[in-house]
Amino acid sequence: MEKSLNFREFIITRLIKLCGYSAIVFVALIFIFLMKEGIPTFQEVEPGMLFSARWYPIEAYFGILPLITGTIMVTLGAALFAIPLGIGAAIYISEISPRWMREILKPLVELLGGLPSVVLGFLGILILSPFLRGFLNLPTGLTALAGSMLLGGIAVPTIVSVAEDALDAVPRAYREGAWALGATRWQTIWRVTLPAASSGVLTAVMLGIGRAIGETMTVMMVTGNAPVLALSLSNLFSPVRTMTATIAAEMGEVANGSIHYHTLFFIGMVLFLISLAINITASSVVFRTKKRYERILS
Amino acid sequence: MDKIIVENLSLQYADGTESLQGINLGIKERAVNVLFGPAGGGKSTLLRCINRLNDLTDVKSSSGRILLDGKDLLDPDTDVIALRRKVGMVFARPVVLPLSVRKNLTYGLELAGERRKSRLDAAVERSLTLAALWEEVKERLDEPAVSLSGGQQQRLCLARSLALQPEIILLDEPTSGLDPISTSKVEAALQELKKNYTIVLVPHSVQQAARTADTAAFFLQGELIEFGEGKRLFTAPRQKQTEDYVTGRFG
Amino acid sequence: MNRILAINRYQIQRLGFGLLTLIALLTVVPIVGVVVFITLKGAPAISQEFLLGFPRDGMRAGGILPAIVGTIYLTIGTAIFSVPLGIAAAIYLSEYASDNIWTRTIRIAIINLAGIPSVVYGLFGLGLFVLFLNFGTSILAASLTLAIMTLPVIISTTEESLRAVPQAFRTVSISLGATRWQTIRRIVLQEALPGILTGVILGLERAAGETAPILFTGAAFFLPRLPSSPLNATMALPYHLFVISTQVPEMPIKVQYGTALVLLIFVLTMNLIATIIRSRARAKRQW
Repeated sequence: MEKSLNFREFIITRLIKLCGYSAIVFVALIFIFLMKEGIPTFQEVEPGMLFSARWYPIEAYFGILPLITGTIMVTLGAALFAIPLGIGAAIYISEISPRWMREILKPLVELLGGLPSVVLGFLGILILSPFLRGFLNLPTGLTALAGSMLLGGIAVPTIVSVAEDALDAVPRAYREGAWALGATRWQTIWRVTLPAASSGVLTAVMLGIGRAIGETMTVMMVTGNAPVLALSLSNLFSPVRTMTATIAAEMGEVANGSIHYHTLFFIGMVLFLISLAINITASSVVFRTKKRYERILS
Repeated sequence: MDKIIVENLSLQYADGTESLQGINLGIKERAVNVLFGPAGGGKSTLLRCINRLNDLTDVKSSSGRILLDGKDLLDPDTDVIALRRKVGMVFARPVVLPLSVRKNLTYGLELAGERRKSRLDAAVERSLTLAALWEEVKERLDEPAVSLSGGQQQRLCLARSLALQPEIILLDEPTSGLDPISTSKVEAALQELKKNYTIVLVPHSVQQAARTADTAAFFLQGELIEFGEGKRLFTAPRQKQTEDYVTGRFG
Repeated sequence: MNRILAINRYQIQRLGFGLLTLIALLTVVPIVGVVVFITLKGAPAISQEFLLGFPRDGMRAGGILPAIVGTIYLTIGTAIFSVPLGIAAAIYLSEYASDNIWTRTIRIAIINLAGIPSVVYGLFGLGLFVLFLNFGTSILAASLTLAIMTLPVIISTTEESLRAVPQAFRTVSISLGATRWQTIRRIVLQEALPGILTGVILGLERAAGETAPILFTGAAFFLPRLPSSPLNATMALPYHLFVISTQVPEMPIKVQYGTALVLLIFVLTMNLIATIIRSRARAKRQW
């Protein structure tokens, strides 16, 4: 009886371990397949062309610069909306709101995070962009600004939940210490609690930005999809194109193995590497800053 | 007759906390063997060695032997599962499993493969009686164990290890969270149990040690300072450290 | 100085708190607004024919049954592949893994999987499942793609639920002669189950609403029949909404809002179920 039990235990333990390592396998697989179809781009398109300012595949212009600037512009705009809103809401929920309100707000924010991006994009087309067109007197409402606003809305739940967790995790003793020294709650938040939670809040912001960069459907639906080099503020009020939207919009029409096909995979590779960089930085920020703060505050 | 012989046991945790240094000790059969001393002395560590619970923790190094009925239980070939059924343990905080009273008691038996309801019910009544809890909970066997009071929960934990009919019972400060009445009930149960079981007790106070000990061992910072029969350590200690601790000069 | 300005710390606090309250409301009110708005505009479109019928006239009339069914199939498919794998991986991380370089690598891998843009998952799914493994544009390929995308959510919420179970339970179980797996199966998993379920439902909710990963791996705009095997392509609510709102001329607004409403109901119901499970479990907890 004992022997068969041991054997079963052995098999189950091995299986579980295998599943544990599967995450590494998948990341590797994704990278490999992106590379497999993306690397040929370097053989087919000269670097000069690839990093030029014209994206017009029909006439064999594969410059990805406009797409990169499009992504950057929309993401920066989203960050400008989402960071103050997200951190402010997180502080409110964690430090100011009464208990009963917390129980309402937290699920609501989580709900926003669950809204399908295509629904937001849909509302963006029907409501937001006509509004922007009228309000700001623009030729079209499908602009980087519309994308930024919606992306901000998508990034906020991520920022709020991670930042709120970080603020909540600050030991009560820190706040009580400040109050005992005569600080108001407001002062305590800004001088004690927020700095103590800074690494978590920073992680929240990075994850939120990561979410914004990776968003596809919303931007595809409301940013106008014009691959224009977006370098000045005025581009905020006109159509742009992001990397993600490019892939989504054009993948359906390319021939397997064509140059266009490979370039789209190449853009996917770039996106993968960007998100890799953000995530690795975000996790190392957590580890390093946490260690430093433990030393200072203990 | 020594049920357990600890031979030159040394152990070091990976994080540098509590350790044991060259412990030589005999655990007397069918008696209350008390291991006492200030915190960090190694008493809990020794207990956890006896039922191989230390296998779950980060142990940097260990050497020596613990002979149970002549066989070294630290040997890698030992059947650890069978060992843990032979050696029951009661922890400092009453930890009841999130199950009913009955299920808490039959948990170990069901793991061992016992399915017959008659056997299980008999074990439930037997172990609760031994732990002096049967009268109080016999109507509440199917209620969640957390609904019992603290003292009752701790006696339930005692009954739970008794259900497996062990030969040895290890108790690590079992009454530290309990009121005096519950404490005296547990101590009385131990006096009854020692007729049939070998008891190793880490008391939570010197007074409890003095009340219950048939043999006593004084531990200080991982070393066994003194060991003696009966209540001698409390009335006529030979080592100065023992005397200082027993009389309350430190600790 | 403060006297001169006639502002003291408490007034600053009141102002600041007011500002933050405003910000919080600003964050929350749009959500409620979105839901209410779509409900109002979409409700007129909901009818038995809409929910149970097939599309007619180039999607402009009739029903969206195949899209609803397709989303259900995809959600089930995602669950089949991601739930067992995700829970097992979480069990490994919580109960077996020690803190070494390999475990840290696994965690970094999970964080990365969570951050990969959904359209990149679509590319990956296209490259691996549709083309390389030759599954074609199918429910199978789309489900596998969505499953890998959902994995990080399931793993992290499951691990959190497992870790929340008090360590003392495990110690007691082992001391009574249980093996590690017996302890997990009999005690830890039971107690962590509500949290695990909540995480699974929330993960699947996200998968149900995604468009980009299924764009090239399984979604089709118009299919005359419901899919009969996992190797068929399928219609799906998010993709359907996308196409009818951007690519079909003269699409009645009512139909668009109706589709959006159905998708919203699907997603919100899952959210509601997860929230209910979570709060009921919290009340019943024996620790």
